[in-house]
Amino acid sequence: MTATTPTPVAEVRVPAAGLAHQVRAAAVVWQREMIRFGRDRSRIVSSLVQPVLFLFVLGTGLSSLIASSGDVDFRTFLFPGVLATSVLFTAAFSGISMVWDREFGFLREMLVAPVSTTAILTGKCLGGATVATLQSLIILALAPLVGVPYDLVMMIELVGLLFLMAFMICALGLFLSARLKQVQSAMPLVQLTITPLMFLSGSLFPLSNLPGWLHVATTLNPMTYAVEPIRSVVFDHLELTPAARATFNPGITWGSWHIPVPVQIAIVAATCLVLLGLAVARFARTE
Amino acid sequence: MDDHAAAITVRGLVKRFKQVEAVAGIDLDVRPAETFGFLGPNGAGKSTTIKILCTLADATAGTARVAGFDVARERDQVRRHIGLVFQEPTLDGYLTAEQNLRFHGELYGVDRATAARRRQEVLTMVDLWERRGDLVQTFSGGMRRRLEIARGLLHSPRVLFLDEPTVGLDPQTRASIWDYLKELHRRQEITVFVTTHYMDEAEHCDRIAIVDQGRIVALDTPAALKSGIGKDRVQITTDDDARAIAELADRFGLDAALHEGAVTFAVAEGAAFVPQLFAGLDVPINSVTVTRPSLDDVFLAYTGRTIRDAEAARPMSPMALAARGR
Repeated sequence: MTATTPTPVAEVRVPAAGLAHQVRAAAVVWQREMIRFGRDRSRIVSSLVQPVLFLFVLGTGLSSLIASSGDVDFRTFLFPGVLATSVLFTAAFSGISMVWDREFGFLREMLVAPVSTTAILTGKCLGGATVATLQSLIILALAPLVGVPYDLVMMIELVGLLFLMAFMICALGLFLSARLKQVQSAMPLVQLTITPLMFLSGSLFPLSNLPGWLHVATTLNPMTYAVEPIRSVVFDHLELTPAARATFNPGITWGSWHIPVPVQIAIVAATCLVLLGLAVARFARTE
Repeated sequence: MDDHAAAITVRGLVKRFKQVEAVAGIDLDVRPAETFGFLGPNGAGKSTTIKILCTLADATAGTARVAGFDVARERDQVRRHIGLVFQEPTLDGYLTAEQNLRFHGELYGVDRATAARRRQEVLTMVDLWERRGDLVQTFSGGMRRRLEIARGLLHSPRVLFLDEPTVGLDPQTRASIWDYLKELHRRQEITVFVTTHYMDEAEHCDRIAIVDQGRIVALDTPAALKSGIGKDRVQITTDDDARAIAELADRFGLDAALHEGAVTFAVAEGAAFVPQLFAGLDVPINSVTVTRPSLDDVFLAYTGRTIRDAEAARPMSPMALAARGR
């Protein structure tokens, strides 16, 4: 054993885990998502392809069919839905990217630190939600092309709603990734869970006059409660006849109760917490 | 070691996976500031033990204290005081070397000014300060392992755990990793707990525990373990190994066995024995190797097999069981 006196090294005191430490841990996990997002420009471009196709190809194609059904351009109707779906896919991918972190070992570096799993996963969700929201800004910028005006208040409200939705989906992605051991299984799983969420959310068709089974499916889908407020905010800034509004933005009803927008938002927020809690429970058990 | 609390204390540690007992009752005291080696073949229970000590797995029975804290009941306290370098890489290749360390410092709640100084210290120590701004994905295997060691030291842990730190590296890089670990030891008082299945690496440790099938079969300094053998190892290749083994038993009373393709036995003053060997055996001898006792021989003496035999034949073969001398 060496008997030499150790040369002075910087004294490090690792503090007892207080809330400030947990917040710092969450913040650095968030920051890592930002750094990686900034390094991966191709992801930004490729993630725009699908929404642009939805909006300008599907939207234009279908609008010729639906042109007779009132004074709403189908693309205008589709715009909030496309915003939501683009966020849906990006956020789901961010959450499920935990599988890559496991594959390359970095998950372990995070989970062996003296911080709570909740702090790590919250940072991850905030990071994924920020990335998804930043990407949606590009689609937001296309608003005038589909007849939605630039309006500062509307934009701020939309960004807030998209962020909340992205957090929810990111938490869902984390929950799904907790049991995944293989990267190859990640993409099929995203397809399997995210595509139904998208189709059953009213993002691509109005929720009015649906057959009973489809109505039930949409009201059970948490995405519905995230998409509907986004559409309401956009439609609040359009000049529409009440009839057109009733067709294209009918809202969500449970039986005869028409659910107010703040309640929809509260449902999304509650879903965020539940999914995050489930993800934490799963991760705490797997490591 | 009585005036210091032990850095690691393990009592009656058992870990069972269904029917398999990976750790079958381990007792251990690691002194502060010593480099302690856990030596054994793959599958001997080394990684399972280190996982329990690092709070990454629960023990089936027994207790363990690391840096004065109980691994089961004071998980976060243990984590704050240990550094970890795993067998598998745990770096983010999309971040730079410095960003990886910055991330670690934040996660461990090291205050920012200290963390900046520490980053420079540890990166300089492993000769990566110049490369701090490069993405880790551009690093070689040896550089990554050095960076992992630097990161494990960033929060000034009291105990540094290294699980097979040189596995998968070329011999030159392996040697340089040990140079860094020695340099670290010279600079600061830190307990290092290292697992390895490389005999030559165990020589770098102050004390080693030889582990086989979940148990510690010997524990001492490398020198004491080797001198305890007291015999040289002789390996011969012959035209008829079975007959050679029989003749060695008959004529010299030697307990020889086939290891790594050669008839192997231990004898005092091995070099002086060679002429008698040629005179006494009827089997033609093709080659003779005499070696001073190494940790390989220690392993052989305690387990009845060489470490390579053990890795080649898991689970233990009847042959090796029969060869077990004690």
